[in-house]
Amino acid sequence: MDFQTGVFYFLSAILIFASLRVITARNPVHAALHLILAFFTCGGIWALLQAEFLAIAIILVYVGAVMVLFLFVVMMLDINIDRIRQGFWNYLPLGALLGLLMVMEMGLVLGSKYFQVPAAEAMVPAGVSNTKTIGALMFTDYVYPFELASLILLVGMIAAIVLTYRGPKKSKYTNPNQQVFVKAKDRVRVLQMPVEKD
Amino acid sequence: MDALMNFGQGIFGGAWPAVWALVKIVLIVAPMMLGVAYLTYFERKVIGYMQVRIGPNRVGPWGLIQPIADGLKLLMKEIIVPATANKGIFVIAPMLAIAPALAAWAVVPFTDSLVLANIDASLLYIMAITSMGVYGIILSGWASNSKYAFLGAMRSAAQMVSYEISMGFSLICVLMVSNSLNLVEIVNIQNQGRFADWGLSFLSWNWLPLFPMFLVYLISGVAETNRAPFDVAEGESEIVAGFHVEYSGMAFAVFFLAEYANMILVSALTAIMFLGGWLSPVGFLPDGILWLFAKMSAILFLFLWFRATFPRYRYDQLMRLGWKVFLPICLIWLVVVGVWMMSPLNIWK
Repeated sequence: MDFQTGVFYFLSAILIFASLRVITARNPVHAALHLILAFFTCGGIWALLQAEFLAIAIILVYVGAVMVLFLFVVMMLDINIDRIRQGFWNYLPLGALLGLLMVMEMGLVLGSKYFQVPAAEAMVPAGVSNTKTIGALMFTDYVYPFELASLILLVGMIAAIVLTYRGPKKSKYTNPNQQVFVKAKDRVRVLQMPVEKD
Repeated sequence: MDALMNFGQGIFGGAWPAVWALVKIVLIVAPMMLGVAYLTYFERKVIGYMQVRIGPNRVGPWGLIQPIADGLKLLMKEIIVPATANKGIFVIAPMLAIAPALAAWAVVPFTDSLVLANIDASLLYIMAITSMGVYGIILSGWASNSKYAFLGAMRSAAQMVSYEISMGFSLICVLMVSNSLNLVEIVNIQNQGRFADWGLSFLSWNWLPLFPMFLVYLISGVAETNRAPFDVAEGESEIVAGFHVEYSGMAFAVFFLAEYANMILVSALTAIMFLGGWLSPVGFLPDGILWLFAKMSAILFLFLWFRATFPRYRYDQLMRLGWKVFLPICLIWLVVVGVWMMSPLNIWK
């Protein structure tokens, strides 16, 4: 077993452990932390596959931004484990069906070699930055799917704002523009008065 | 150098490359820790003189041994874990704060050959690693089971996520003009252009054509490190000490180290990205690592100057600055730089 294989098994073991803890941990913050660990390890495995752009992107986007907000929300929630457990048997058939579907899809993708579908060999010649390659491909061959994806994200963003917007704000707030233009003589009045003597 | 390599080969055999990498890591981290210690001394002295005081002057000549004495004191103190704290996360949090601050130094170049790992995507790596620094603060706030600490953590999370966006956009402008993600190349590219040919290379550094981005990066850097005037996460006068209110002894010291290590990191990155790194400002002086240190010291002095002179931002003012001022400036300047690069006036060929 060479060094690279050893690193792969080490990272995979951590990844599997972390993913299991995401669904078994009773404390939601612990579960979120294990999800972060899972993303990070996933980045490590991708770096091992020489996909350094994807590896860094998953850490930058998921670990650095998405999970921060996720953790932020999870910390604020008052989650009652027992109440969530109540519906377990009702949801089990649907959940099991979805799980089975996902396993089948993954099997189809990973087993493509077995089903005689020629898989693209992902070997990159040395000296080619795959950041540059992905960028070039994204804005030439895949420009429409890429723009479509960004449009969907924009729709999601607007939808989130529409769902949470509750009409114009009624609370009192300060107007920074007015604050900036305040002069000392608007607020303070200097009075001339004769000196008082006792 | 070759003699050293052969000597190491002889002693460690096949494990020598790993040992040599460890030696290099120690050679980066140890001086940086010393730098952190003396940055605290420098901070107290500078702020002292700005406030017409003397600052530390009792321990050693001019108080020079003060940071060592402080470090020893913190080492001796007991680490108190609050009774209902989440103990595991409480202990991990300071480590999560300092690890990214140290790991980012792996790709920071000191000269064009003196860099631990000269990787292609080093700018991306820096952005990814520094974006993880917020976890230490959020988790310490949550695990302490204290309202002050939790408030500090919430503020810090919101602030760091907001300012990371404008920071990222200003870095995107830098990578557009340098056409590279490699920090060494980003510095080398700043040595080209009309002004550099005239021997005035400080006018061809990125700070001049990307001036708004330089300011945005510098100010966002202050916000990212939770330094005054953006220190709402600590806010001594409102929430006691924010996220690290329950920490004592070495656990507190680790947070302290992380904050100062991040300050040094941001100043190094500003120097590399916008101020030409190790390049000499004029043609007749040689380039060298001393220029980088000089630029870093100047930026660190700015950090201390800000702290001594600016009052703390209110939370809503801080959010407004990040989202309503910096973000539009970044988006506009991004388009300006794009158009500029496509026009015949392009100066980055």
